[in-house]
Amino acid sequence: MSALSAFFPSAAPEAQRPATRDTPWLRWSLTGVALLFVAGFLVIPLTAVFAEALRKGAEVYWAALVDPDALAALRLTLTAAVIAVPLNVVFGVAAAWAIAKFDFPGKSFLTTLIDLPFAVSPVIAGLAFVLVFGLQGWLPPEAQAELLAPAVARELAAIPGLGWALGGLAEWLANPRIVFAVPGIALATIFVTVPFVARELIPLMQAQGNDEEYAALTLGANGWQTFWRVTLPNVKWGLFYGVVLCNARAMGEFGAVSVVSGHVRGETNTLPLHVEILYNEYQFAGAFAVASLLALLAIATLILKSLIEWRLTLNREQNL
Amino acid sequence: MGLLKKKTVLPGFGLSLGFTLFYLSLIVLIPLSAVFLRTTELSWDEFIAAVFSPRALASYRISFLASLTAALVNAFFGLILAWVLVRYPFPGKRVVDALVDLPFALPTAVAGITLTALFSANGWFGEWLEGTLGLKIAYAEPGIVVALTFIGLPFVVRTLQPVIEELEPELEEASAILGASRWQTLRKIVFPQLVPALLTGFALAFARALGEYGSVVFISGNMPLRTEITPLLIVTKLLQYDYAGATAVASAMLAASFVLLLLINLLQRWSRRYQNAN
Repeated sequence: MSALSAFFPSAAPEAQRPATRDTPWLRWSLTGVALLFVAGFLVIPLTAVFAEALRKGAEVYWAALVDPDALAALRLTLTAAVIAVPLNVVFGVAAAWAIAKFDFPGKSFLTTLIDLPFAVSPVIAGLAFVLVFGLQGWLPPEAQAELLAPAVARELAAIPGLGWALGGLAEWLANPRIVFAVPGIALATIFVTVPFVARELIPLMQAQGNDEEYAALTLGANGWQTFWRVTLPNVKWGLFYGVVLCNARAMGEFGAVSVVSGHVRGETNTLPLHVEILYNEYQFAGAFAVASLLALLAIATLILKSLIEWRLTLNREQNL
Repeated sequence: MGLLKKKTVLPGFGLSLGFTLFYLSLIVLIPLSAVFLRTTELSWDEFIAAVFSPRALASYRISFLASLTAALVNAFFGLILAWVLVRYPFPGKRVVDALVDLPFALPTAVAGITLTALFSANGWFGEWLEGTLGLKIAYAEPGIVVALTFIGLPFVVRTLQPVIEELEPELEEASAILGASRWQTLRKIVFPQLVPALLTGFALAFARALGEYGSVVFISGNMPLRTEITPLLIVTKLLQYDYAGATAVASAMLAASFVLLLLINLLQRWSRRYQNAN
Protein backbone atom coordinates (compact mmCIF):
# COMPACT_ATOMS: atom_id res chain seq x y z
CA MET A 1 0.00 0.00 0.00
CA SER A 2 1.24 3.44 -0.78
CA ALA A 3 1.70 6.44 1.43
CA LEU A 4 -1.74 7.98 1.08
CA SER A 5 -3.70 4.89 1.98
CA ALA A 6 -1.66 4.67 5.17
CA PHE A 7 -3.02 8.07 6.17
CA PHE A 8 -6.55 7.31 5.03
CA PRO A 9 -7.11 3.68 5.87
CA SER A 10 -10.82 4.07 5.24
CA ALA A 11 -10.12 4.94 1.58
CA ALA A 12 -9.06 1.40 0.79
CA PRO A 13 -10.45 -1.18 3.16
CA GLU A 14 -9.23 -4.68 2.41
CA ALA A 15 -12.64 -5.93 1.36
CA GLN A 16 -13.06 -3.24 -1.26
CA ARG A 17 -11.31 -2.70 -4.54
CA PRO A 18 -8.06 -0.69 -4.12
CA ALA A 19 -8.23 2.75 -5.73
CA THR A 20 -5.63 1.85 -8.36
CA ARG A 21 -7.54 -1.17 -9.63
CA ASP A 22 -10.03 -0.98 -12.48
CA THR A 23 -13.60 -2.27 -12.24
CA PRO A 24 -13.95 -5.94 -13.18
CA TRP A 25 -15.92 -5.33 -16.38
CA LEU A 26 -13.31 -2.87 -17.60
CA ARG A 27 -10.54 -5.31 -16.68
CA TRP A 28 -12.16 -8.17 -18.54
CA SER A 29 -13.06 -6.21 -21.65
CA LEU A 30 -9.63 -4.58 -21.97
CA THR A 31 -7.86 -7.90 -21.42
CA GLY A 32 -10.14 -9.47 -24.02
CA VAL A 33 -9.45 -6.76 -26.61
CA ALA A 34 -5.68 -6.91 -25.95
CA LEU A 35 -5.52 -10.70 -26.21
CA LEU A 36 -7.64 -10.75 -29.38
CA PHE A 37 -5.31 -8.21 -30.96
CA VAL A 38 -2.25 -10.26 -29.95
CA ALA A 39 -3.85 -13.46 -31.23
CA GLY A 40 -4.87 -11.98 -34.57
CA PHE A 41 -1.72 -10.04 -35.31
CA LEU A 42 1.00 -12.12 -33.64
CA VAL A 43 0.03 -15.67 -32.66
CA ILE A 44 -1.94 -16.63 -35.77
CA PRO A 45 0.60 -15.23 -38.27
CA LEU A 46 3.44 -17.02 -36.47
CA THR A 47 1.48 -20.29 -36.54
CA ALA A 48 0.55 -19.73 -40.16
CA VAL A 49 4.23 -19.68 -41.22
CA PHE A 50 4.67 -23.26 -40.03
CA ALA A 51 1.25 -24.42 -41.22
CA GLU A 52 1.93 -23.15 -44.73
CA ALA A 53 5.46 -24.59 -44.70
CA LEU A 54 4.22 -28.08 -43.85
CA ARG A 55 1.13 -27.97 -46.06
CA LYS A 56 2.67 -30.14 -48.77
CA GLY A 57 4.23 -32.56 -46.31
CA ALA A 58 7.56 -33.04 -44.62
CA GLU A 59 9.35 -34.16 -47.80
CA VAL A 60 8.66 -30.96 -49.73
CA TYR A 61 9.61 -29.03 -46.61
CA TRP A 62 12.91 -30.81 -46.26
CA ALA A 63 13.68 -30.59 -49.97
CA ALA A 64 13.25 -26.81 -49.89
CA LEU A 65 15.69 -26.51 -47.00
CA VAL A 66 18.47 -28.66 -48.46
CA ASP A 67 18.16 -27.14 -51.93
CA PRO A 68 21.65 -25.91 -52.96
CA ASP A 69 20.36 -22.37 -53.57
CA ALA A 70 18.77 -22.32 -50.11
CA LEU A 71 22.01 -23.53 -48.53
CA ALA A 72 23.99 -20.89 -50.43
CA ALA A 73 21.51 -18.26 -49.21
CA LEU A 74 21.90 -19.52 -45.65
CA ARG A 75 25.68 -19.28 -45.96
CA LEU A 76 25.48 -15.71 -47.25
CA THR A 77 23.06 -14.69 -44.50
CA LEU A 78 25.44 -16.09 -41.88
CA THR A 79 28.40 -14.37 -43.57
CA ALA A 80 26.64 -11.00 -43.55
CA ALA A 81 25.77 -11.39 -39.86
CA VAL A 82 29.28 -12.54 -38.95
CA ILE A 83 30.69 -9.39 -40.59
CA ALA A 84 28.06 -6.91 -39.41
CA VAL A 85 27.51 -7.92 -35.78
CA PRO A 86 31.15 -7.78 -34.52
CA LEU A 87 31.80 -4.49 -36.30
CA ASN A 88 28.71 -2.95 -34.74
CA VAL A 89 29.72 -4.34 -31.34
CA VAL A 90 33.07 -2.54 -31.57
CA PHE A 91 31.28 0.61 -32.73
CA GLY A 92 28.62 0.33 -30.04
CA VAL A 93 31.18 -0.08 -27.25
CA ALA A 94 33.29 2.85 -28.52
CA ALA A 95 30.26 5.10 -28.95
CA ALA A 96 28.88 4.18 -25.52
CA TRP A 97 32.27 4.82 -23.88
CA ALA A 98 32.53 8.28 -25.47
CA ILE A 99 28.91 9.26 -24.84
CA ALA A 100 28.27 7.73 -21.41
CA LYS A 101 31.62 8.42 -19.75
CA PHE A 102 32.38 11.93 -20.98
CA ASP A 103 30.67 15.28 -21.33
CA PHE A 104 31.27 17.15 -24.56
CA PRO A 105 29.41 19.64 -26.73
CA GLY A 106 27.22 18.07 -29.40
CA LYS A 107 26.68 14.90 -27.39
CA SER A 108 22.92 14.75 -27.89
CA PHE A 109 23.36 15.49 -31.60
CA LEU A 110 25.76 12.56 -31.87
CA THR A 111 23.23 10.31 -30.10
CA THR A 112 20.63 11.35 -32.68
CA LEU A 113 23.05 10.61 -35.52
CA ILE A 114 23.54 7.08 -34.19
CA ASP A 115 19.77 6.56 -34.40
CA LEU A 116 19.68 7.82 -37.98
CA PRO A 117 19.68 4.36 -39.65
CA PHE A 118 16.41 3.58 -37.84
CA ALA A 119 14.77 6.67 -39.32
CA VAL A 120 15.94 6.08 -42.88
CA SER A 121 14.03 3.72 -45.13
CA PRO A 122 16.13 0.58 -45.77
CA VAL A 123 15.52 1.09 -49.47
CA ILE A 124 17.24 4.49 -49.30
CA ALA A 125 20.17 2.90 -47.43
CA GLY A 126 20.60 0.46 -50.29
CA LEU A 127 20.26 3.25 -52.85
CA ALA A 128 22.97 5.26 -51.06
CA PHE A 129 25.47 2.44 -51.52
CA VAL A 130 24.49 2.04 -55.17
CA LEU A 131 25.11 5.78 -55.66
CA VAL A 132 28.57 5.47 -54.12
CA PHE A 133 29.73 2.16 -55.57
CA GLY A 134 27.48 1.62 -58.58
CA LEU A 135 28.39 1.96 -62.27
CA GLN A 136 27.83 5.73 -62.29
CA GLY A 137 28.85 6.13 -58.65
CA TRP A 138 31.59 8.05 -56.90
CA LEU A 139 33.73 4.93 -56.75
CA PRO A 140 32.71 2.83 -59.76
CA PRO A 141 33.90 -0.77 -60.17
CA GLU A 142 37.07 0.15 -62.13
CA ALA A 143 38.16 2.48 -59.35
CA GLN A 144 37.31 -0.20 -56.78
CA ALA A 145 39.53 -2.66 -58.62
CA GLU A 146 42.39 -0.18 -58.46
CA LEU A 147 41.81 0.58 -54.82
CA LEU A 148 40.87 -2.81 -53.40
CA ALA A 149 42.79 -5.23 -55.56
CA PRO A 150 45.94 -3.68 -56.94
CA ALA A 151 47.71 -5.69 -59.61
CA VAL A 152 49.93 -7.46 -57.05
CA ALA A 153 46.96 -8.85 -55.18
CA ARG A 154 45.37 -10.06 -58.38
CA GLU A 155 48.58 -11.79 -59.43
CA LEU A 156 48.82 -13.41 -56.01
CA ALA A 157 45.27 -14.66 -56.34
CA ALA A 158 46.06 -16.03 -59.79
CA ILE A 159 48.72 -18.39 -58.39
CA PRO A 160 46.85 -21.73 -58.38
CA GLY A 161 47.72 -22.93 -54.86
CA LEU A 162 47.17 -19.58 -53.25
CA GLY A 163 43.91 -19.03 -55.06
CA TRP A 164 42.59 -22.26 -53.62
CA ALA A 165 43.67 -21.28 -50.13
CA LEU A 166 41.95 -17.91 -50.41
CA GLY A 167 38.75 -19.55 -51.62
CA GLY A 168 36.01 -17.15 -52.63
CA LEU A 169 38.28 -14.23 -51.84
CA ALA A 170 40.52 -15.05 -54.81
CA GLU A 171 37.57 -15.10 -57.14
CA TRP A 172 36.46 -11.80 -55.76
CA LEU A 173 39.93 -10.27 -56.09
CA ALA A 174 39.96 -11.25 -59.75
CA ASN A 175 36.84 -9.17 -60.28
CA PRO A 176 36.36 -6.94 -57.24
CA ARG A 177 32.94 -5.40 -56.91
CA ILE A 178 31.09 -3.97 -53.96
CA VAL A 179 27.53 -3.29 -55.01
CA PHE A 180 25.58 -6.21 -56.55
CA ALA A 181 28.03 -8.55 -54.78
CA VAL A 182 28.68 -9.86 -51.27
CA PRO A 183 30.50 -6.76 -49.88
CA GLY A 184 27.52 -4.57 -50.76
CA ILE A 185 25.21 -6.94 -48.89
CA ALA A 186 27.53 -6.79 -45.89
CA LEU A 187 27.66 -2.97 -46.04
CA ALA A 188 23.88 -2.64 -46.29
CA THR A 189 23.50 -5.04 -43.35
CA ILE A 190 25.98 -3.03 -41.28
CA PHE A 191 24.11 0.19 -42.10
CA VAL A 192 20.71 -1.00 -40.88
CA THR A 193 22.12 -2.55 -37.69
CA VAL A 194 24.43 0.31 -36.61
CA PRO A 195 22.30 1.58 -33.69
CA PHE A 196 21.41 -1.69 -31.92
CA VAL A 197 24.40 -2.26 -29.62
CA ALA A 198 25.10 1.43 -28.97
CA ARG A 199 21.47 2.06 -28.01
CA GLU A 200 21.51 -0.67 -25.37
CA LEU A 201 24.90 0.25 -23.92
CA ILE A 202 24.59 4.05 -23.69
CA PRO A 203 21.74 4.21 -21.11
CA LEU A 204 23.18 1.28 -19.17
CA MET A 205 26.66 2.82 -18.89
CA GLN A 206 25.14 6.20 -18.05
CA ALA A 207 23.12 4.65 -15.22
CA GLN A 208 26.20 2.93 -13.80
CA GLY A 209 28.27 6.11 -13.63
CA ASN A 210 32.05 6.35 -13.51
CA ASP A 211 32.75 5.57 -9.86
CA GLU A 212 33.94 2.01 -10.36
CA GLU A 213 36.23 3.12 -13.19
CA TYR A 214 37.72 5.86 -10.98
CA ALA A 215 38.33 3.28 -8.24
CA ALA A 216 40.10 0.97 -10.70
CA LEU A 217 42.28 3.81 -12.00
CA THR A 218 43.13 4.88 -8.46
CA LEU A 219 44.19 1.35 -7.66
CA GLY A 220 46.66 1.51 -10.54
CA ALA A 221 44.83 -0.13 -13.45
CA ASN A 222 45.46 1.36 -16.87
CA GLY A 223 42.68 2.33 -19.26
CA TRP A 224 42.39 -1.01 -21.05
CA GLN A 225 42.51 -2.99 -17.81
CA THR A 226 39.74 -0.79 -16.43
CA PHE A 227 37.67 -1.39 -19.55
CA TRP A 228 38.15 -5.17 -19.73
CA ARG A 229 37.89 -5.92 -16.02
CA VAL A 230 35.45 -3.30 -14.72
CA THR A 231 33.32 -1.72 -17.44
CA LEU A 232 32.79 -4.71 -19.72
CA PRO A 233 31.73 -7.19 -16.99
CA ASN A 234 29.29 -4.55 -15.71
CA VAL A 235 27.55 -4.20 -19.06
CA LYS A 236 27.92 -7.73 -20.41
CA TRP A 237 24.20 -8.56 -20.29
CA GLY A 238 23.26 -5.30 -21.96
CA LEU A 239 25.87 -5.98 -24.61
CA PHE A 240 24.53 -9.49 -25.17
CA TYR A 241 21.02 -8.05 -25.47
CA GLY A 242 22.20 -5.65 -28.16
CA VAL A 243 23.99 -8.46 -29.99
CA VAL A 244 20.85 -10.62 -30.06
CA LEU A 245 18.72 -7.82 -31.51
CA CYS A 246 21.46 -6.76 -33.94
CA ASN A 247 21.83 -10.33 -35.16
CA ALA A 248 18.11 -10.81 -35.70
CA ARG A 249 17.92 -7.70 -37.84
CA ALA A 250 21.16 -8.55 -39.68
CA MET A 251 19.85 -11.96 -40.69
CA GLY A 252 16.38 -10.72 -41.55
CA GLU A 253 17.08 -7.49 -43.44
CA PHE A 254 15.27 -7.37 -46.74
CA GLY A 255 14.84 -3.88 -48.24
CA ALA A 256 18.40 -2.58 -48.08
CA VAL A 257 19.94 -5.90 -49.07
CA SER A 258 17.46 -6.32 -51.91
CA VAL A 259 18.58 -3.06 -53.52
CA VAL A 260 22.32 -3.83 -53.39
CA SER A 261 22.06 -7.54 -54.16
CA GLY A 262 22.53 -8.65 -57.72
CA HIS A 263 19.79 -11.25 -57.13
CA VAL A 264 22.04 -13.98 -58.50
CA ARG A 265 20.71 -17.31 -57.29
CA GLY A 266 23.23 -19.24 -55.25
CA GLU A 267 25.57 -16.23 -55.17
CA THR A 268 24.10 -12.95 -53.94
CA ASN A 269 20.84 -14.13 -52.37
CA THR A 270 20.33 -14.05 -48.64
CA LEU A 271 17.61 -16.14 -46.98
CA PRO A 272 14.98 -13.36 -47.03
CA LEU A 273 15.72 -12.72 -50.72
CA HIS A 274 15.49 -16.45 -51.42
CA VAL A 275 12.05 -16.46 -49.78
CA GLU A 276 10.98 -13.67 -52.13
CA ILE A 277 12.23 -15.49 -55.23
CA LEU A 278 10.48 -18.75 -54.33
CA TYR A 279 7.30 -16.86 -53.50
CA ASN A 280 7.32 -14.96 -56.79
CA GLU A 281 7.79 -18.27 -58.61
CA TYR A 282 4.63 -19.56 -56.89
CA GLN A 283 6.62 -22.17 -54.94
CA PHE A 284 4.66 -21.28 -51.83
CA ALA A 285 5.51 -24.37 -49.76
CA GLY A 286 9.22 -23.83 -50.45
CA ALA A 287 9.00 -20.12 -49.68
CA PHE A 288 7.29 -20.81 -46.37
CA ALA A 289 9.73 -23.62 -45.56
CA VAL A 290 12.67 -21.19 -45.83
CA ALA A 291 10.56 -18.57 -44.04
CA SER A 292 9.97 -21.01 -41.18
CA LEU A 293 13.73 -21.15 -40.67
CA LEU A 294 13.73 -17.37 -40.22
CA ALA A 295 10.67 -17.62 -37.95
CA LEU A 296 12.60 -20.07 -35.76
CA LEU A 297 15.39 -17.50 -35.59
CA ALA A 298 12.81 -14.94 -34.48
CA ILE A 299 11.44 -17.26 -31.77
CA ALA A 300 14.97 -17.98 -30.52
CA THR A 301 15.61 -14.23 -30.44
CA LEU A 302 12.47 -13.60 -28.37
CA ILE A 303 13.37 -16.35 -25.89
CA LEU A 304 16.95 -15.12 -25.48
CA LYS A 305 15.68 -11.56 -25.14
CA SER A 306 13.27 -12.50 -22.33
CA LEU A 307 15.98 -14.45 -20.53
CA ILE A 308 18.41 -11.52 -20.71
CA GLU A 309 15.72 -9.08 -19.57
CA TRP A 310 15.08 -11.29 -16.56
CA ARG A 311 18.83 -11.33 -15.87
CA LEU A 312 19.08 -7.53 -16.22
CA THR A 313 16.20 -6.95 -13.77
CA LEU A 314 17.89 -9.33 -11.34
CA ASN A 315 21.15 -7.36 -11.63
CA ARG A 316 19.34 -4.08 -11.08
CA GLU A 317 17.60 -5.42 -7.98
CA GLN A 318 20.88 -6.71 -6.58
CA ASN A 319 22.46 -3.29 -7.05
CA LEU A 320 19.70 -1.52 -5.16
CA MET B 1 41.42 17.18 -24.88
CA GLY B 2 40.05 20.69 -25.20
CA LEU B 3 36.67 19.40 -26.29
CA LEU B 4 35.71 18.06 -22.86
CA LYS B 5 33.50 20.19 -20.64
CA LYS B 6 35.03 18.83 -17.45
CA LYS B 7 38.50 17.50 -16.78
CA THR B 8 38.51 13.76 -16.13
CA VAL B 9 41.07 11.07 -15.35
CA LEU B 10 39.24 8.52 -17.51
CA PRO B 11 41.28 7.70 -20.61
CA GLY B 12 40.13 6.88 -24.12
CA PHE B 13 37.98 9.88 -24.97
CA GLY B 14 39.87 10.78 -28.13
CA LEU B 15 40.08 7.18 -29.34
CA SER B 16 36.45 6.26 -28.70
CA LEU B 17 34.99 9.50 -30.05
CA GLY B 18 37.36 9.45 -33.03
CA PHE B 19 36.42 5.88 -33.92
CA THR B 20 32.71 6.61 -33.45
CA LEU B 21 32.82 9.59 -35.81
CA PHE B 22 34.98 7.75 -38.35
CA TYR B 23 32.69 4.70 -38.44
CA LEU B 24 29.49 6.74 -38.58
CA SER B 25 30.86 8.86 -41.42
CA LEU B 26 32.01 5.86 -43.41
CA ILE B 27 28.91 3.71 -43.00
CA VAL B 28 26.08 6.22 -42.60
CA LEU B 29 26.89 9.86 -43.30
CA ILE B 30 28.92 9.67 -46.52
CA PRO B 31 26.52 7.23 -48.27
CA LEU B 32 23.49 9.26 -47.18
CA SER B 33 25.10 12.50 -48.31
CA ALA B 34 25.54 10.82 -51.70
CA VAL B 35 21.75 10.80 -52.02
CA PHE B 36 21.56 14.58 -51.53
CA LEU B 37 24.67 15.42 -53.53
CA ARG B 38 23.65 13.30 -56.50
CA THR B 39 20.31 15.10 -56.46
CA THR B 40 22.11 18.39 -57.08
CA GLU B 41 23.32 17.00 -60.40
CA LEU B 42 19.74 17.25 -61.62
CA SER B 43 18.43 20.53 -62.99
CA TRP B 44 15.68 22.21 -60.99
CA ASP B 45 13.06 21.27 -63.59
CA GLU B 46 14.15 17.64 -63.68
CA PHE B 47 14.05 17.51 -59.89
CA ILE B 48 10.53 18.98 -59.74
CA ALA B 49 9.37 16.65 -62.51
CA ALA B 50 10.63 13.59 -60.64
CA VAL B 51 9.50 14.59 -57.15
CA PHE B 52 6.07 15.90 -58.16
CA SER B 53 5.14 13.47 -60.93
CA PRO B 54 1.57 12.18 -60.56
CA ARG B 55 2.88 8.71 -59.78
CA ALA B 56 5.21 10.04 -57.05
CA LEU B 57 2.46 12.23 -55.58
CA ALA B 58 0.11 9.23 -55.47
CA SER B 59 2.79 7.17 -53.72
CA TYR B 60 3.30 9.88 -51.06
CA ARG B 61 -0.42 10.01 -50.43
CA ILE B 62 -0.67 6.21 -50.10
CA SER B 63 2.42 5.94 -47.88
CA PHE B 64 1.31 8.82 -45.69
CA LEU B 65 -2.31 7.71 -45.26
CA ALA B 66 -1.51 4.03 -44.74
CA SER B 67 1.26 4.84 -42.22
CA LEU B 68 -1.02 7.28 -40.39
CA THR B 69 -3.87 4.75 -40.20
CA ALA B 70 -1.53 1.98 -39.04
CA ALA B 71 0.05 4.23 -36.40
CA LEU B 72 -3.42 5.26 -35.13
CA VAL B 73 -4.50 1.60 -34.90
CA ASN B 74 -1.29 0.87 -33.03
CA ALA B 75 -1.76 3.82 -30.69
CA PHE B 76 -5.26 2.60 -29.77
CA PHE B 77 -4.51 -1.10 -29.33
CA GLY B 78 -0.98 -0.44 -28.03
CA LEU B 79 -2.37 1.70 -25.21
CA ILE B 80 -4.78 -1.05 -24.20
CA LEU B 81 -2.15 -3.77 -24.52
CA ALA B 82 0.46 -1.85 -22.50
CA TRP B 83 -2.10 -1.10 -19.77
CA VAL B 84 -3.23 -4.73 -19.59
CA LEU B 85 0.38 -5.99 -19.53
CA VAL B 86 1.41 -3.70 -16.68
CA ARG B 87 -1.72 -3.56 -14.54
CA TYR B 88 -3.65 -6.83 -14.86
CA PRO B 89 -2.40 -10.25 -13.82
CA PHE B 90 -3.41 -13.06 -16.19
CA PRO B 91 -2.00 -16.47 -17.08
CA GLY B 92 0.55 -16.49 -19.89
CA LYS B 93 1.37 -12.82 -19.40
CA ARG B 94 5.11 -13.30 -19.84
CA VAL B 95 4.60 -15.10 -23.14
CA VAL B 96 2.36 -12.32 -24.43
CA ASP B 97 4.89 -9.73 -23.26
CA ALA B 98 7.69 -11.52 -25.13
CA LEU B 99 5.51 -11.93 -28.24
CA VAL B 100 5.02 -8.16 -28.52
CA ASP B 101 8.55 -7.94 -29.93
CA LEU B 102 7.83 -10.47 -32.68
CA PRO B 103 7.58 -7.78 -35.39
CA PHE B 104 11.12 -6.65 -34.45
CA ALA B 105 12.49 -10.18 -34.57
CA LEU B 106 10.62 -11.62 -37.55
CA PRO B 107 12.19 -10.72 -40.91
CA THR B 108 9.87 -8.39 -42.81
CA ALA B 109 9.75 -10.65 -45.87
CA VAL B 110 8.40 -13.48 -43.71
CA ALA B 111 5.79 -11.15 -42.21
CA GLY B 112 4.88 -10.01 -45.71
CA ILE B 113 4.24 -13.43 -47.25
CA THR B 114 2.47 -14.69 -44.12
CA LEU B 115 0.09 -11.76 -43.84
CA THR B 116 -0.60 -12.06 -47.56
CA ALA B 117 -1.42 -15.74 -47.18
CA LEU B 118 -3.72 -15.00 -44.24
CA PHE B 119 -5.55 -12.06 -45.81
CA SER B 120 -5.81 -13.15 -49.45
CA ALA B 121 -9.15 -14.45 -50.72
CA ASN B 122 -8.47 -18.08 -49.74
CA GLY B 123 -6.53 -17.38 -46.54
CA TRP B 124 -7.69 -17.98 -42.95
CA PHE B 125 -8.80 -14.37 -42.44
CA GLY B 126 -9.37 -13.41 -46.06
CA GLU B 127 -11.89 -16.15 -46.72
CA TRP B 128 -14.17 -14.73 -44.06
CA LEU B 129 -13.43 -11.03 -44.61
CA GLU B 130 -13.71 -11.18 -48.38
CA GLY B 131 -16.22 -14.00 -48.75
CA THR B 132 -18.66 -13.00 -46.01
CA LEU B 133 -18.10 -9.29 -45.52
CA GLY B 134 -16.91 -8.41 -49.01
CA LEU B 135 -13.81 -6.66 -47.70
CA LYS B 136 -10.79 -6.97 -49.97
CA ILE B 137 -7.66 -6.73 -47.81
CA ALA B 138 -4.69 -8.26 -49.63
CA TYR B 139 -3.74 -6.64 -52.95
CA ALA B 140 -5.58 -3.45 -51.94
CA GLU B 141 -5.02 -0.43 -49.68
CA PRO B 142 -6.18 -2.15 -46.44
CA GLY B 143 -3.46 -4.77 -46.99
CA ILE B 144 -0.81 -2.05 -46.72
CA VAL B 145 -2.36 -0.89 -43.45
CA VAL B 146 -2.38 -4.47 -42.11
CA ALA B 147 1.33 -4.94 -42.89
CA LEU B 148 2.28 -1.55 -41.43
CA THR B 149 0.22 -2.20 -38.30
CA PHE B 150 2.12 -5.45 -37.74
CA ILE B 151 5.48 -3.72 -38.25
CA GLY B 152 4.72 -0.83 -35.88
CA LEU B 153 3.02 -2.84 -33.13
CA PRO B 154 5.88 -2.94 -30.59
CA PHE B 155 6.66 0.79 -30.64
CA VAL B 156 3.63 2.12 -28.76
CA VAL B 157 3.57 -0.77 -26.27
CA ARG B 158 7.27 -0.52 -25.49
CA THR B 159 7.29 3.27 -25.04
CA LEU B 160 4.20 3.20 -22.81
CA GLN B 161 5.08 0.23 -20.57
CA PRO B 162 7.83 1.89 -18.48
CA VAL B 163 5.75 5.05 -18.10
CA ILE B 164 2.71 3.09 -16.84
CA GLU B 165 4.97 1.15 -14.47
CA GLU B 166 6.20 4.39 -12.92
CA LEU B 167 2.82 6.06 -12.50
CA GLU B 168 2.44 7.07 -8.88
CA PRO B 169 -0.50 5.29 -7.25
CA GLU B 170 -0.95 8.27 -4.89
CA LEU B 171 -2.46 10.35 -7.68
CA GLU B 172 -5.06 7.72 -8.48
CA GLU B 173 -5.79 7.22 -4.78
CA ALA B 174 -6.17 10.94 -4.19
CA SER B 175 -8.53 11.13 -7.14
CA ALA B 176 -10.62 8.28 -5.72
CA ILE B 177 -10.70 9.87 -2.27
CA LEU B 178 -11.91 13.13 -3.80
CA GLY B 179 -14.88 11.24 -5.18
CA ALA B 180 -13.93 10.57 -8.79
CA SER B 181 -15.24 7.41 -10.38
CA ARG B 182 -12.63 4.98 -11.73
CA TRP B 183 -13.49 6.04 -15.27
CA GLN B 184 -13.03 9.73 -14.38
CA THR B 185 -9.68 8.92 -12.77
CA LEU B 186 -8.52 7.04 -15.84
CA ARG B 187 -9.61 9.79 -18.19
CA LYS B 188 -8.51 12.85 -16.24
CA ILE B 189 -5.61 11.63 -14.08
CA VAL B 190 -4.00 8.62 -15.75
CA PHE B 191 -4.42 9.33 -19.45
CA PRO B 192 -2.92 12.86 -19.45
CA GLN B 193 0.24 11.45 -17.88
CA LEU B 194 0.54 8.95 -20.73
CA VAL B 195 0.04 11.44 -23.58
CA PRO B 196 3.71 12.34 -24.22
CA ALA B 197 4.78 8.67 -24.33
CA LEU B 198 1.75 7.76 -26.44
CA LEU B 199 2.63 10.47 -28.95
CA THR B 200 6.27 9.33 -29.00
CA GLY B 201 5.24 5.73 -29.67
CA PHE B 202 2.83 6.90 -32.33
CA ALA B 203 5.53 8.95 -34.05
CA LEU B 204 8.01 6.05 -33.90
CA ALA B 205 5.46 3.65 -35.41
CA PHE B 206 4.60 6.20 -38.09
CA ALA B 207 8.25 6.81 -38.99
CA ARG B 208 8.95 3.10 -39.22
CA ALA B 209 5.84 2.56 -41.36
CA LEU B 210 6.81 5.30 -43.83
CA GLY B 211 10.09 3.59 -44.65
CA GLU B 212 8.86 0.00 -44.56
CA TYR B 213 9.32 -2.01 -47.74
CA GLY B 214 9.75 -5.75 -47.14
CA SER B 215 6.37 -6.61 -45.71
CA VAL B 216 4.35 -4.27 -47.92
CA VAL B 217 5.58 -5.38 -51.35
CA PHE B 218 4.01 -8.79 -50.95
CA ILE B 219 0.59 -7.76 -49.72
CA SER B 220 -0.05 -4.49 -51.57
CA GLY B 221 -0.29 -5.74 -55.13
CA ASN B 222 1.99 -2.86 -56.18
CA MET B 223 -0.33 -1.11 -58.60
CA PRO B 224 1.06 2.30 -59.64
CA LEU B 225 -1.16 5.19 -58.50
CA ARG B 226 -3.22 2.84 -56.31
CA THR B 227 -1.16 0.65 -54.02
CA GLU B 228 2.41 1.71 -54.75
CA ILE B 229 4.19 3.06 -51.65
CA THR B 230 7.10 5.49 -51.97
CA PRO B 231 9.93 3.03 -51.07
CA LEU B 232 8.59 0.69 -53.77
CA LEU B 233 8.53 3.55 -56.29
CA ILE B 234 12.23 4.15 -55.55
CA VAL B 235 13.02 0.47 -56.14
CA THR B 236 10.96 0.41 -59.35
CA LYS B 237 12.81 3.44 -60.69
CA LEU B 238 16.13 1.79 -59.82
CA LEU B 239 15.17 -1.40 -61.65
CA GLN B 240 14.38 0.76 -64.71
CA TYR B 241 17.85 2.37 -64.38
CA ASP B 242 16.19 5.73 -63.66
CA TYR B 243 18.83 6.57 -61.05
CA ALA B 244 18.13 10.30 -61.22
CA GLY B 245 14.42 9.83 -60.57
CA ALA B 246 15.03 7.32 -57.75
CA THR B 247 17.53 9.68 -56.11
CA ALA B 248 15.21 12.69 -56.35
CA VAL B 249 12.28 10.84 -54.73
CA ALA B 250 14.63 9.34 -52.13
CA SER B 251 15.99 12.76 -51.17
CA ALA B 252 12.45 14.05 -50.68
CA MET B 253 11.69 11.07 -48.48
CA LEU B 254 14.95 11.44 -46.59
CA ALA B 255 14.09 15.05 -45.81
CA ALA B 256 10.74 13.89 -44.42
CA SER B 257 12.52 11.28 -42.28
CA PHE B 258 14.86 13.93 -40.84
CA VAL B 259 11.93 16.12 -39.87
CA LEU B 260 10.27 13.14 -38.18
CA LEU B 261 13.47 12.23 -36.34
CA LEU B 262 13.69 15.80 -35.03
CA LEU B 263 10.05 15.68 -33.97
CA ILE B 264 10.54 12.36 -32.17
CA ASN B 265 13.55 13.80 -30.34
CA LEU B 266 11.52 16.77 -29.16
CA LEU B 267 8.68 14.47 -28.08
CA GLN B 268 11.05 12.25 -26.13
CA ARG B 269 12.56 15.26 -24.39
CA TRP B 270 9.07 16.48 -23.49
CA SER B 271 8.12 13.01 -22.29
CA ARG B 272 11.18 12.79 -20.04
CA ARG B 273 10.63 16.25 -18.60
CA TYR B 274 7.02 15.36 -17.86
CA GLN B 275 8.13 12.23 -16.03
CA ASN B 276 10.77 14.08 -14.03
CA ALA B 277 8.25 16.73 -13.03
CA ASN B 278 6.15 13.97 -11.49
